[in-house]
Amino acid sequence: MPSQPLLDVRSLVEPDRVHRRAYSDPEIFDLEIKHIFEKTWIYAGHETQVPKPGDYWQFQIGRQPMVMVRGNGDAVHVLFNRCPHRGVQVCGSRHGSGGDALTCPYHSWRFHYDGSLESVPLESGYRDTRFDRDNPDFQMKRAARVQRYRGFVFASLDPKGPDLLEWLGDARMAFDDICDRSPVGRVEVVPNCFRVVQRSNWKFFMENQLDAVHPSVTHMSTGYAAADVERKLKRETGSQPLHYHYLSAFATSFDQWDQLETAGYPYGHTLLGGYMGLRPTDADTLEHERVLAAAYGEAKKEEILGRNIHHVLIYPSISVQSPLQQLRAIRPISHDRTMSEIWHFRLVGAPEAIYRRSLWYYNLVNSPSTMINADDLENWQRGQFGLNSNGGDWVSFHRDYGRDRDANGELHSTNGCSELPMRAQFRAWLKYLTETE
Amino acid sequence: MAEPTSVAAATALQTHHEVSQFLFQQSNLLDGKQWQAWIDLFADDGLYWMPPGPEYTTWDGVPSIFIEDRDLMTVRMKRVTHPNAWSQQAEWGTSHVVSNVTIDGTDAQSGDLLVRSRFHMLEVRRDDVRHFAGSYQHRLRRIDGGFRIVLQRVDMVNAQAAFEYVLQVWV
Ligand code: FES
Ligand SMILES: [Fe+2]
Repeated sequence: MPSQPLLDVRSLVEPDRVHRRAYSDPEIFDLEIKHIFEKTWIYAGHETQVPKPGDYWQFQIGRQPMVMVRGNGDAVHVLFNRCPHRGVQVCGSRHGSGGDALTCPYHSWRFHYDGSLESVPLESGYRDTRFDRDNPDFQMKRAARVQRYRGFVFASLDPKGPDLLEWLGDARMAFDDICDRSPVGRVEVVPNCFRVVQRSNWKFFMENQLDAVHPSVTHMSTGYAAADVERKLKRETGSQPLHYHYLSAFATSFDQWDQLETAGYPYGHTLLGGYMGLRPTDADTLEHERVLAAAYGEAKKEEILGRNIHHVLIYPSISVQSPLQQLRAIRPISHDRTMSEIWHFRLVGAPEAIYRRSLWYYNLVNSPSTMINADDLENWQRGQFGLNSNGGDWVSFHRDYGRDRDANGELHSTNGCSELPMRAQFRAWLKYLTETE
Repeated sequence: MAEPTSVAAATALQTHHEVSQFLFQQSNLLDGKQWQAWIDLFADDGLYWMPPGPEYTTWDGVPSIFIEDRDLMTVRMKRVTHPNAWSQQAEWGTSHVVSNVTIDGTDAQSGDLLVRSRFHMLEVRRDDVRHFAGSYQHRLRRIDGGFRIVLQRVDMVNAQAAFEYVLQVWV
């Protein structure tokens, strides 16, 4: 039965506008943590982050400190990073190896990779007590559910709810698109994770990823600067490296962005379709195409490379840029602070040049020296300042409202600049916050 | 009456002095936001490199926080000086201290000087103060009686820490 604050939540979301409290109210943030982040499927990481038994990587689900651990063989476990003895965090580094067993640094309780108890020192001292190694109270607690899709690991703290595949729905194409670009259908993580804190509500990031109006405004300075140097190189050397285009493309005109498409799936996943010139006809690309055709046949190769994806957002935790093999995960810290983790993947078996081309995007656009996100983060912070204020109550999502096509619960627009993705995300947001059984 | 050893010592001292002045000037240009003059310290094939960790031995084929030649530096300069670089509207400035200048030797093949130093940079942006610190490794080439940077490697102790906001320009 919804309690008072939940009733309140309904008044915050209208189909074409949202109340600023959704971004500025710490109580709303608490509800989001409880009913969205600590409930639905959250991205844990990629299985290749933990290649060997005992390898672990820490991450957050909502406010919960979790650790993804490689078990024996193919198993990947997700545990609360908490010792059942007296609560100490067992894994101490951001990532590392637990050796033969995860060992608590306080009194040396030891755990199997799945969290079950391996040994405690002085076990005889527990004779005739309620200590019981088979009781979950004496094990590292596991996430209620852990599932993988094509190597990407998700965990949910809620034992109920849809399976990962059902929940992903058509948005699973993000992972198909990234993996199918490898001739063996697999990606491998590049073992470096950049982390950047955004001084803004997590939803600024989610909305911005599919906001096709912002790039030419927000990133105007970088777009022009890169285009300038790009022209100079073309003039002087006759050609210009593709990575200048990664930057100059941000200054693409509204008209061109508007030719893209958007989609909103159930559970808030959203898509911006668009290609940004990422299928050039240089020798490297043609070699990649040849490798894919050899692996899959011509027709399937065309299907793979013809997919029309700019970003796919898997609500509420990741943004996948499959044509560039990049993924950003967000971990909300408070209503006005959000951690982002930035990952790059290698297409197993694809030509090295394809990896190197995307690496430029990782270094120039996604690294902490980013010439792109510098202005995004600035604008989101200024957005947070504005929404914290009493200068107005509403956030407008009116652009192209009323023109979304609804096909069995999926929303579609044929203009990239539609604010459909934001409306679709808030439709899911409201559902999460009000369906609290 | 100069003995050979004291000649060598005087030369070493002189080189150390020149190198130190050059490194101080490098950081002064950054703090003074004299971007073009800073870029001009680099040789035509010069690179600015900030790896994600001290264990990296190359930028080739692996992630970097920065890996820029003069053309990419020029993009960055043109960005921050563009009137619509929104992130530049927030007042900001930096102050570097460069110290512990050590000349490791000369590259046998190229003759480049190999120099290490340490830096501490404080940045104020809007009302936030951030600290960045670490080591510089410079490869310096003597050109026209002065130095030009062939490689400036910057290892920040903060490299793997979560960045509160990003780095808009070079450290
Ligand atoms: S707290 Fe972990 S062994 Fe005591
Ligand atoms: Fe942006």
